[in-house]
Amino acid sequence: MKFALFQGCNIPARLEQYADATQAVLSKLDIELIEIADFNCCGYPARNTDYRAFVLSAAKNLAEAERAGLDMLVMCKCCYGSLKKAEYLLNQDPDLKANINQSLKKENLEYKNGIQVKHLLSVLYHDVGTDRLKSSIVKTYGGLQIAVSYGCHALRPSNVTGFDDPVSPRLFDELVELTGAFSVEWARKLDCCGAPLTGINDPLAMDMTQKKISSAREAGANYICTACPYSHLQFDVVQSRLVSNPETRDPLAPILYPQLLGLCLGIEEKNLGIGKNKIDLSGISSFLMTE
Amino acid sequence: MFDYLFYTSLVVFLLGLIYKISTWFTKHIGVFGSDLNAKKRILSASKGITQVIFSRKAFSLLETFVLDVVFQHRVLRENAVRWLAHMLIFYGFLLLLLMHALENVVSEAIFSDYYSTVNPFFFLRDFFGAMVLAGIILAAIRRYISKPQRLKTSRMDHYAIIIVAAIMLSGIGLEGLKIASHSEFQRMVEDYAGMDDEEEIQALEAVWVRDYGVVSPNLREPFDEDLIEAGQEAHANNCKDCHASPQWAFNGYAVAKLIKPVALWLDKIGSITLVWYIHIIACFIGLAYLPFSKMFHIIATPLSLLANKVMDPATSSPANILTRQIIELDACTHCGSCSLHCSAAMIYEAIGNEYILPSEKMASLKQLASGKKLSDSQSAAIREGVYLCTNCDRCTVRCPSGIRLKELWYSVREELVASGTPLMHVLSPYSFARGLIIQDSIPADTYAYPIAAARQTVSGGFDKLINPNMAIPLNAQTSPEPPSTVGDHTYSQCFSCQSCTVVCPVVGNYEHPEQVLGLLPHQIMCCLALGLTEMASGAQMIWDCLTCYKCQENCPQQVEVCDVLYRLKNVAVETADIS
Repeated sequence: MKFALFQGCNIPARLEQYADATQAVLSKLDIELIEIADFNCCGYPARNTDYRAFVLSAAKNLAEAERAGLDMLVMCKCCYGSLKKAEYLLNQDPDLKANINQSLKKENLEYKNGIQVKHLLSVLYHDVGTDRLKSSIVKTYGGLQIAVSYGCHALRPSNVTGFDDPVSPRLFDELVELTGAFSVEWARKLDCCGAPLTGINDPLAMDMTQKKISSAREAGANYICTACPYSHLQFDVVQSRLVSNPETRDPLAPILYPQLLGLCLGIEEKNLGIGKNKIDLSGISSFLMTE
Repeated sequence: MFDYLFYTSLVVFLLGLIYKISTWFTKHIGVFGSDLNAKKRILSASKGITQVIFSRKAFSLLETFVLDVVFQHRVLRENAVRWLAHMLIFYGFLLLLLMHALENVVSEAIFSDYYSTVNPFFFLRDFFGAMVLAGIILAAIRRYISKPQRLKTSRMDHYAIIIVAAIMLSGIGLEGLKIASHSEFQRMVEDYAGMDDEEEIQALEAVWVRDYGVVSPNLREPFDEDLIEAGQEAHANNCKDCHASPQWAFNGYAVAKLIKPVALWLDKIGSITLVWYIHIIACFIGLAYLPFSKMFHIIATPLSLLANKVMDPATSSPANILTRQIIELDACTHCGSCSLHCSAAMIYEAIGNEYILPSEKMASLKQLASGKKLSDSQSAAIREGVYLCTNCDRCTVRCPSGIRLKELWYSVREELVASGTPLMHVLSPYSFARGLIIQDSIPADTYAYPIAAARQTVSGGFDKLINPNMAIPLNAQTSPEPPSTVGDHTYSQCFSCQSCTVVCPVVGNYEHPEQVLGLLPHQIMCCLALGLTEMASGAQMIWDCLTCYKCQENCPQQVEVCDVLYRLKNVAVETADIS
């Protein structure tokens, strides 16, 4: 299987370990990732201020993937949501589509709705499949409790994103449980991590982060598992800002799903960038059971 | 005349050089290190350089020098044709400068048998010239013919190409004119051959006309066999040892062939002197203008590459970082690599503000650093351009000059948003990196100011409209309707069940949410149904929306609550921009 890898803007600049771990995991599973140099911003940051700029930016990526004849594998949930939303709008609104294609013409591109946009987790769950994943796992965790953070922009609006059941999703839980870890039930599992307001209303963003972390901790989680750079950076960088306040407790480290899975596939810690978190997560390997 | 022109341009060059280098320590850019004076910066730089030279980092400097400066690996990584063009121009020009322009100083000192008319030097001069010319043609094709999307060509780029092309073409033209020139032939015979037998000279001339491109007013082909034989003997005795055959100067020879029909006339009107003047004046203009043109990158870019190899934003002193950033402004060649790969390229296409493109931002930063007064509209455009950046770092990764653009943006962005009209883009996820990374390195009030200013602006007349003592102005003029999109009018399906408000995590975060948020989601939908767009778009709620879509997902009436809030944000920004 082959996909056009869509990293977005945050991962190459601030979360390289997510790309490294994803590459390492997917190459074990015989998935080839093609980097398309002309991919650009998914349009997400422009949504607040300029609707057309957002759609054009997203559509350029869809059209690039289409030219390459590849489905997109998106790593960021906000990019995913943005690309799916643009795809939805373009297909609902023929005038918009014509207008956007007019602009894409200058780039020798055209959007024709010829490819699929998939999130990394969906590819692992649906395209690779849980059976294949299970058979590739060489080590499992014992006694590890994980709180999965679904990520709003993948989950909702469900009629647009089609990621999973928006009320009781299972996809991410099952992927985590494949590794032998236990996916805890927690009140804020489907809630926002706060990242969309970082830089706009930081106290509110931090409240959201804090509430999520407390909820995960109350459910007994050892780590929060993420599959989105915004959430991950929020739980890692913003949480470290929170814990510098003496009133808050020990941090709860976030772990990226491909890191969690990668260790079970026998990939070395350093190839998964386990050491690159701000909040230490090196304790994760102590949960691995030796055969 | 030559000396006068030469020394004038040399003095201008040297003064320019001194001036430019002094600006590295005196100019400021961005918010960091604004308190650092020149003395501190020079001391800090000397200290930094000394430390690096006497440490293991010296080896990495050497590596960068070989790989990135000599071999220009970063340009190669960008594009093989561009690399070829750059190598041809740079090395061709350098070799011409050393061998040809500085022949009295360099070539004669190294080669005791140096004569410009003897091979290999005679051939090499043309070979180097051809290298530069080929490079310039490739560069001109990129700038004027193939024109990749979003590659901007500025005045500086035109000048650079024009000056180099003028030097090369005049040089080759001069050579061609000399090869074809009869008077030049006569001069050389007089100066070098020491022949006085008129018949012998005529025989020699016949050979030069037949074989070496001279166009004679006296002799016409075909020539008598005996005459040629005599001429060849004279050539062997008097010319051959000190003058390789003109075919070796292949560029000039081609020109000589080309101008053959008009060569006599050109010779008569003294075109050699004219073109010689053009050639040296072009060279001297190039020299004098170098410190002020983009060609100054010859000096600044290697320094930028070397400095960036050994410097680290976390450990280097702020004084040295500032100094390096000023050098970086000179190191930018406006090659456009950054803009070709910019993540915000489509935002530029949609909005049309060219300062979104990194290469154009760099050009504007040069103006800012030099203290030039910008017009209000220009500075507003630059402010917007600097903010509409997704902080993906691609420009920094791609820059062939090794410029750390992202650090420049961080620093300059803060300077620009600290004053002037509020910027609405602050209220968008473009602020994510600012909140995540920059927040900790600037004072809290500096950080908060642009956000508060933008919020104030977008809320418009909301406070007045929401005042409980005032009647709701049901006859208020609604804002101009923005172009509608899918789901825009779903608010009319709202029956005020408040599900959206109940599930909203933002509402749930506050004890008295109305006081903080102005209006709650279901109230906003009501406002819209009543045509109170201005009131709805002024509520803080829309900017505090996390866009988690819980409201929309939970609405029993399929109202696209979150998307409507997005729409209102767009409306508020448009309205604020207009007013």
